[in-house]
Amino acid sequence: MTMLDVRNVTKQFGSLVAVDGVSMQVAAGELRAIIGPNGAGKTTFFNMISGFFPPTVGDIVFDGTTVTKMAVTARVAMGMARTFQITEIFPELTVRENIRIGVEGAKGLRLRLWLGGKHAAEVNRGIDEALVQTGLTAQADRLVGELSHGDQRAAEIAMALTLKPRLLLLDEPTAGMGEHETFAVANLIRRLHRNSAYTIVLIEHDMRVVFNLADKITVLGEGKMLAEGTPAEIADNPIVQEAYLGKAE
Amino acid sequence: MSAATTAVAVPAEPGRRWLTAIIVWALLLTVPIWLSMMGGYTALAGRVLVLGLAAMSFNLLLGFTGFMSFGHAAYFGLGAYGAGLVLKYVAASTPLAILAGVLLGGLAGTLFGLLIVRRRGVYFAMVTVAFGQIAFYVAYSWNDLTGGYDGLRGFSRAPLNLGFTTIDIANSDKAFYYFLLAVFGIAVGLQGLLLASPFGRTLLAIRENERRARFLGIPIERHVWLSFSISCAFTALAGALYALLNNFADPMGLHYSLSGEIVIMAVMGGMRAFWGPLVGAAVFVVVQDYISSWTVNWMFFVGLIFVLVVLFFPRGILGMLQRSSGK
Repeated sequence: MTMLDVRNVTKQFGSLVAVDGVSMQVAAGELRAIIGPNGAGKTTFFNMISGFFPPTVGDIVFDGTTVTKMAVTARVAMGMARTFQITEIFPELTVRENIRIGVEGAKGLRLRLWLGGKHAAEVNRGIDEALVQTGLTAQADRLVGELSHGDQRAAEIAMALTLKPRLLLLDEPTAGMGEHETFAVANLIRRLHRNSAYTIVLIEHDMRVVFNLADKITVLGEGKMLAEGTPAEIADNPIVQEAYLGKAE
Repeated sequence: MSAATTAVAVPAEPGRRWLTAIIVWALLLTVPIWLSMMGGYTALAGRVLVLGLAAMSFNLLLGFTGFMSFGHAAYFGLGAYGAGLVLKYVAASTPLAILAGVLLGGLAGTLFGLLIVRRRGVYFAMVTVAFGQIAFYVAYSWNDLTGGYDGLRGFSRAPLNLGFTTIDIANSDKAFYYFLLAVFGIAVGLQGLLLASPFGRTLLAIRENERRARFLGIPIERHVWLSFSISCAFTALAGALYALLNNFADPMGLHYSLSGEIVIMAVMGGMRAFWGPLVGAAVFVVVQDYISSWTVNWMFFVGLIFVLVVLFFPRGILGMLQRSSGK
């Protein structure tokens, strides 16, 4: 089953063509990595999928529904969640409160002025679940702005998970991280994919992470699709080696 | 800048917040006992309550939603006129006067809010100023209804009829103070409830990170609109009480200079602390009262205190006290 079907999308900013006729199909339960050199249009591509802005041309179909021009909040309600290259969290709130805001929204309690015992218990269960999933239980009552970079990223992913997403979009989840943190976040993503069968699309620069995690890889270069395939196919692809991997090493 | 490098200040712990609430209530409840010993008078405490309520209501928007309004005097003033006009022309009923003030200011805020929720930052602040000035000039020019520059006179608060007994808030300063305190208590109680609710948390989310809030599915514009409307309605309540306190409503109650004073009270007291704006209002009103008795340039001293607080205690007076008392 296709979870995400991006059909021939183009994004133009004035005379700059940031993404040029790219198509991509992601199956349910798949982990897809998007790679490409800086300026390849990866984040622009992501922004169209998540609803930051609509494509100039082309269509985006999510789980059978055309969402090309749908607002962010409507996409979120359909089960699309994303994280950002620069971690977007609520820094002056605790980890628990950060996650709570996600859980209460996902359970449709956003406009409540009072939570009854039943709802309160449900919300707490949801929070604990997200904490356990992302390994943040011990940090739950710390301000999220005080955590390490890696843990902040985990908190951001925890918030995305509260939405019970059917599609999880991760924009450079290990950006700016050291060896140890990269390993921890990659393990978290692996767990989400292998154990919980999340459909994940991620942009990533760290090739070890990409080649270890991804089921399939999409390579972008200068706004165009250069190649698509399994990690083994991509590693052997001469166009990719020339355009990207050669330079990176 | 990544969030990791953002300086994070530690908010008050729950225990200290309760301590603050207990101290505030103990002081407010005993005002008639200690204020006269300190050389104050009960009406001064009434002013603190009313302006404190205005600043706390404004702070729902600034401190807890992250949106700056420089036009909150408009809703304060509309609340005052609403109450005054009812007392003068409709009925000698204090509750009805308050209700009319809240409705007038609250509805004005609700309608105006619809127009501005897509504006951000400076633009948001500027349109609130613009609306405030429109409201000011309407009140200023509409002589027949509002009394124009001289203000609305010729009304006075009516004794409170509770059915089984009548409380003479019209003549007893003490009774009126406790009446104000009761209304204040209900209002800030509701505000506290609101901020502790899931809805209140969505406002914090918007303040902290609008992008993240949107990508958690929070309809930002709708929630900002609700926050603005609620903030305006509570500010209008404060304005209605102000009309009752003075038996008078005037266009200066809608003027942008009062909007600025409300901002100063909230920021000086501590906009991230629930009671901060009340503390700011108390300092403001007391300094104004004492210093204006020997110089007309009292605002110079308020400004000086404000600058010092902002420079040295960026989280405001209460924010500073709450942090240092526990360490």
